[in-house]
Amino acid sequence: MGNVPSAVKHCLSYQQLLREHLWIGDSVAGALDTAQETSQLSGLPEYVKIVEVGPRDGLQNEKVIVPTDIKIEFINQLSQTGLSVIEVTSFVSSKWVPQVAAGATEISVFGAASESFSKRNINCSIEESMEKFEEVVKSARHMNIPARGYVSCALGCPYEGNITPQKVTEVSKKLYGMGCYEISLGDTTGVGTPGSMKRMLESVMKEIPSSALAVHCHDTYGQALANILTALQMGINVVDSAVSGLGGCPYAKGASGNVATEDLIYMLNGLGLNTGVNLYKVMEAGDFICKAVNKTTNSKVAQASFNARLE
Amino acid sequence: MLSEAGLPVIEATSFVSPKWVPQMADCAEVLKGIQKFPGINYPVLTPNIKGFQAAVAAGAKEVTIFAAASELFTKKNTNCSIDESLQRSDDIFRAARAAGIPVRGYVSCVLGCPYEGKISPAKVVEVTKKIYSMGCYEISLGDTIGVGTPGVMKDMLSAVMHEVPVSALAVHCHDTYGQALANTLMALQMGVSAVDSSVAGLGGCPYAQGASGNLATEDLVYMLSGLGIHTGVNLQKLLEAGTFICQALNRKTSSKVAQAICKL
Repeated sequence: MGNVPSAVKHCLSYQQLLREHLWIGDSVAGALDTAQETSQLSGLPEYVKIVEVGPRDGLQNEKVIVPTDIKIEFINQLSQTGLSVIEVTSFVSSKWVPQVAAGATEISVFGAASESFSKRNINCSIEESMEKFEEVVKSARHMNIPARGYVSCALGCPYEGNITPQKVTEVSKKLYGMGCYEISLGDTTGVGTPGSMKRMLESVMKEIPSSALAVHCHDTYGQALANILTALQMGINVVDSAVSGLGGCPYAKGASGNVATEDLIYMLNGLGLNTGVNLYKVMEAGDFICKAVNKTTNSKVAQASFNARLE
Repeated sequence: MLSEAGLPVIEATSFVSPKWVPQMADCAEVLKGIQKFPGINYPVLTPNIKGFQAAVAAGAKEVTIFAAASELFTKKNTNCSIDESLQRSDDIFRAARAAGIPVRGYVSCVLGCPYEGKISPAKVVEVTKKIYSMGCYEISLGDTIGVGTPGVMKDMLSAVMHEVPVSALAVHCHDTYGQALANTLMALQMGVSAVDSSVAGLGGCPYAQGASGNLATEDLVYMLSGLGIHTGVNLQKLLEAGTFICQALNRKTSSKVAQAICKL
């Protein structure tokens, strides 16, 4: 390839690459870069809502316990990035009243498309869990508190293996029927591939409008962005992710978990899709929390950018 | 081990001066020493006619040549213009034709350049078309610094496919910004059916210290297998080859599939 080392010295710095050469650009407050319009794929939504699950789903799966003031600072930094939804924390007790007392403006309920996963994780069958959730969701709605539903194991289960799209549809339909405004379909162990994502969404979208659906892809097998692209191509426009790809996988030791928000934004910006989120500020927040939990980021964008900056 | 995994094409080595690439100093020894499985191609990179001659002497049956869609990249890397680099390759094409040796071409910087920044699809078409007409049976379009995203991949491929049949195209996506698999999926959706990758995601990025480079073959095979696309590759044996080479290099794998399955 030639004399690379001396050539590298003269290449563009990451700031120039990212800022001046418009691959990433700033997608702040709805300002779409006109230069990126040419790369818009047809059939994609115009706007994608990113649901940031780092402070909850991410930190929950990190070994290092983060001090409260750091968590607060982290979330405050994320609030400055343009993200419109940041999953703040988890009140795991079935008694949800404390959440409201603490000022929660939205609640989440977690179902699963797998009986075994449901039994192991929340110690009851899917049907029993739905009965409990119905109570919670209905009461929340009476207090004008919206409820978001999650369906775990949408593309596979660590205990049962294959999960049928029909089962996912059944559970999602129940959660939607009881009043969840949005259902986040989770590939909990990251085993899904674009084909299984497509088949699952085709089934669910027969019963639930795509505007009420989100995808929550794990990157355990490196498939997350390809799966998300497939979901976008099918009309889904809400995607969960975690800054720095926080949170490993409790089912595969040492494996990665959540898809990194930075890498997701990079792809969405490159596709010319509006997110309202400032990638650079997300990267700063990611850098902050990684130092706090003493781990290297799982975001490839961050790895490429921050390491280059150290040169 | 890679041959046993069923990969149909394994780029074995590079006949480049050891002054530039010390890791390839044993190129002749490697090519002569490997077991050549029937049905598997073992192309070798030949940056100039001298390298080509040495490759043929060592028993090479297929060679690869490099070009770039960026003038600055070509200047910085090979100290000449794109046109001059293609003229140099002409010697190789002539000699390869005479010897009945197929030539595969690489085009670097198809979705962006570390020196020039944005690269127009028109430039990629120009270079690809030239080396196709010079005699490459297949051209691998490389996102050298991994900056591409699916939309840009689609635009570039649409342009190239107007001039070069898709059956003669391959993609070589780098995962520096985590986009490789999504970009590869887009290429597949456009009809590309040849994909370059590197077991364990070997090879970093010389332009972004500490960043990753090649797409990991294990992660690619996992996706293709999930899509029901036949590759002939045995993932388990591939994982073993990845574990082997990572241990030899004393480094962690960059493959997520390997990390999940082998708990490395």
